[in-house]
Amino acid sequence: MDEVKVIEIKKSVFAENEKDAADLRRELKGKGIYLLNLMSSPGSGKTTTLIRLINLLKDRLRIAVMEADIDSDVDAVKIRQETGVESIQLHTGGMCHLDAEMTRQGLDNLPLEGVDLVVLENVGNLVCPAEFDTGAVRNAMILSVPEGDDKPLKYPLMFSVCDLVVINKTDVLPYFDFDLDKCRENVRMRNPRAKVIPICARTGEGVEDLADWLLAEVRDWKQK
Amino acid sequence: MHELGIVFYIIRDVKEAAREHDVEHVSAVVMNIGEVSMVVPEYLTDCWRWAADKEELLKDCELRVNTIPAVSFCDGCQQEFETVRYGKTCPHCGSPDTWLLRGNEVEIKEIIV
Ligand SMILES: Nc1nc2c(ncn2[C@@H]2O[C@H](COP(=O)(O)OP(=O)(O)OP(=O)(O)O)[C@@H](O)[C@H]2O)c(=O)[nH]1
Ligand SMILES: [Mg+2]
Ligand SMILES: [Zn+2]
Repeated sequence: MDEVKVIEIKKSVFAENEKDAADLRRELKGKGIYLLNLMSSPGSGKTTTLIRLINLLKDRLRIAVMEADIDSDVDAVKIRQETGVESIQLHTGGMCHLDAEMTRQGLDNLPLEGVDLVVLENVGNLVCPAEFDTGAVRNAMILSVPEGDDKPLKYPLMFSVCDLVVINKTDVLPYFDFDLDKCRENVRMRNPRAKVIPICARTGEGVEDLADWLLAEVRDWKQK
Repeated sequence: MHELGIVFYIIRDVKEAAREHDVEHVSAVVMNIGEVSMVVPEYLTDCWRWAADKEELLKDCELRVNTIPAVSFCDGCQQEFETVRYGKTCPHCGSPDTWLLRGNEVEIKEIIV
């Protein structure tokens, strides 16, 4: 029998990804590209919101989109058709999230000449994507009214990694017991520095506030 | 199911360690998994079996999971308590100003060769 040997490692499995993410962020900074990581549950309105947002901003910023879906390309096609901006599908190979390496591969497949803003629509899921730094400058998430105002309490990690929480589908507020003030309070408990913006992607209400926030963010990133 | 992604990270890190130590086969990998890390040990070991057997280095290599109990600390009364049992509110003094001391780990503790 060979001798048994124990080799101590004591290393977080996320350490390597965090390093990749930091490297990617630094490179994007050098190129003047702002990367936004957009997360939410399936169906909360990421694609609908993005279409509205891009149509408001596309004259002022050069935008590209990466759509992460486990298997289809419907979102990427929709973005291209409804906004005219460059949009590609990232295949996650069955994975429930994207990490910095997959994000980098996606960026390599985009024509980035002159691009100011890249939005990454992450896989619809409130748990897994929160664990993996993609290299984005900011994390944003969408919580839609039918999901309930208690989600910040149930998915604390997701809310604590996001700089922006968009509350979507405000048009259906009358039909749900969703309390906007309570939701703001729940977000604040998890993450005091997160900004909360209520919108209705269906009608476009509030999307201007979102556009203002993003425009300021992108300009700030390019200047600093 | 982010366990599969985590398994790929483990494999990458173990391969790297094996290269550094000039090891040709690893018989076990020992993980420290915190109770509130959102990793389900059963999913992790299932994904592990499937992915590890594809690697010569990790044929029949066992993934052992050490569960690290979650403990929170209260800024109000400076005492510790079990996170899973009591949540965010301190059971000693009722303060909500508490934070996680440990129990969030997803780390490779050691490899056995
Ligand atoms: N009532 C209402 N419906 C909305 C609103 N925004 C989006 N929806 C609807 O919600 C459904 C899902 O919207 P998507 O934009 O596809 O959501 P998504 O988050 O991109 O979904 P996945 O990519 O599948 O995770 C669609 O039927 C939208 O029309 C809104 O503000 N109000
Ligand atoms: Mg979508
Ligand atoms: Zn206390």
